[in-house]
Amino acid sequence: MQSSSELAIDVRGLRKSYTTKAGTKVAVDGIDLQIKAGEIFAILGPNGAGKTTTVEILEGYRNRDAGDVSVLGQDPGKLGHDNREWRNRIGIVLQSTNDVADLTVYESVSHFAKYYANPKNPESVIESVGLTEKRDAKVLSLSGGQRRRLDVALGIIGTPDILFLDEPTTGFDPEARRVFWDLIRSLRASGTTIVLTTHYLDEAEALADRVAVITDGRIVEVATPQTLGGRHQALAVVSWVENGVTQHLESADPAVEVVKLSQRLGHVEELLVTRPSLEDIYLSMIGQTEIGDAR
Amino acid sequence: MKNPSILKVGIARGGIEIKMFLRQRESVVFTLFFPVLLLFIFGSVFKNNIAPGVSFSQYFVAGMVASGLVNTGFQQLAIMIPIERDFGALKRLRGTPMSPISYFIGKSIVVTASMLFQVAILIVAGRLFFGLHLPSTADRWIRFGWLVILGSICSTVLGIAFSSIPKTGRGASAVVSPIVIVLQFLSGVFFVFSSLPSWMQQFAALFPLKWLTQGMRSVFLPNTFAMKEPAHSWEIPKIAIILGVWTVIGTLWATRSFKWSDK
Repeated sequence: MQSSSELAIDVRGLRKSYTTKAGTKVAVDGIDLQIKAGEIFAILGPNGAGKTTTVEILEGYRNRDAGDVSVLGQDPGKLGHDNREWRNRIGIVLQSTNDVADLTVYESVSHFAKYYANPKNPESVIESVGLTEKRDAKVLSLSGGQRRRLDVALGIIGTPDILFLDEPTTGFDPEARRVFWDLIRSLRASGTTIVLTTHYLDEAEALADRVAVITDGRIVEVATPQTLGGRHQALAVVSWVENGVTQHLESADPAVEVVKLSQRLGHVEELLVTRPSLEDIYLSMIGQTEIGDAR
Repeated sequence: MKNPSILKVGIARGGIEIKMFLRQRESVVFTLFFPVLLLFIFGSVFKNNIAPGVSFSQYFVAGMVASGLVNTGFQQLAIMIPIERDFGALKRLRGTPMSPISYFIGKSIVVTASMLFQVAILIVAGRLFFGLHLPSTADRWIRFGWLVILGSICSTVLGIAFSSIPKTGRGASAVVSPIVIVLQFLSGVFFVFSSLPSWMQQFAALFPLKWLTQGMRSVFLPNTFAMKEPAHSWEIPKIAIILGVWTVIGTLWATRSFKWSDK
């Protein structure tokens, strides 16, 4: 167990339910999370799994029903209006915002800089999100991906210790996504703790030190992307084409099988060795709980 | 590291709010020039005197100055804030160290600036085209000054308070505008107040606009006209008290009910 001083975020037994006309819906059903200072932590899960509710409780937007929450040593649910010191150390990139439309990129970034005790230089933040060319363009005129990068700029302008990113790369083209990943990595290199919710498994795999999978308000597993769901121990699949027919076999030691095939066939047609992707593992994890609930 | 002061951030918000306001041209034209437009229409239609030495335009300017404060403060805020809420602007601000008080200071600055501009062009247009008589004594100007200040604070806090009522930005205008228009009719902006049925006068007396228009009449109309008021006097202390009470109610209501997001 980590000592609490190394933890940026410590959540124990978190619960939250909503009462609607249809009845009471449990959104978060007993979540424990320990996020270390300086790591990139991804939260994965299907829509409605409780990701956003959890993160919004950590961000101080929502109250909880039960559990202990500590973010940078403070309880976000108990800060009330006197939370400016704490807010100064938190950066938030929300899912979709459509404000500041009548301002230019520079005007909005330099204005938000005035809210913080220790802001970064607006020009260099604009450069780091790749919007230098759009510096004097109205926010209204930006493309979806450019807007998202502005959201990130507004999230990091205050030099946060923790940055929350909710679905940050929705609407990005592959090139922009790679540039964005580099930006996030450089923030980690400067010591920022990053909490990321995402639908994109390649993004979690590329960025995250650890991932948590949430379904139905519970954590299924917390692990590195490489070991999630026993992925590193899963059997590899060796496939090849023999006499025009595709053959498969599963093996814990695929190299041995490949050598055997090579000895037997000489030239092995369309040889492929695959391990389950993060996506395969993830889908089987959320699939299992759905079957479990149906019983 | 110390956070920047609440006042300093509030002033920065005021600057950026004014910038954003001026860039929405339709809304600039509508809010700033609408009262002048109404003055031209009403002033051209009703050319008669409503009392010896009191033209309709003179009466109407008093009413329009009062309702201008309600338009730019109450109406504009009660419509704009739900729209900002829909756009996620308020939620984003809530996630920064900016104090809510700075946000309210910023709103007051943009509202005050547009009120001053609106009142100025109304008076200039009235003077140039409709022979408006300006207040002739210092104490009338002083009264005008505190009525504008108290009226705009009252209107601003009530606008912020009322912004929690419309559920969506799109519906806000439909909820807010009829209330303002009905109050304008009942409070003696478009009609001479003493000509309204007494139940209407009593109902209007519950709301601040009636008192603000009465106060503005005391600034722009001759003292002989005070005899036409329901109490046969301008009731200046009562105006100050009622506007003050509404300001307190509005402040308490605003601080309790303000919503940063629709959830």
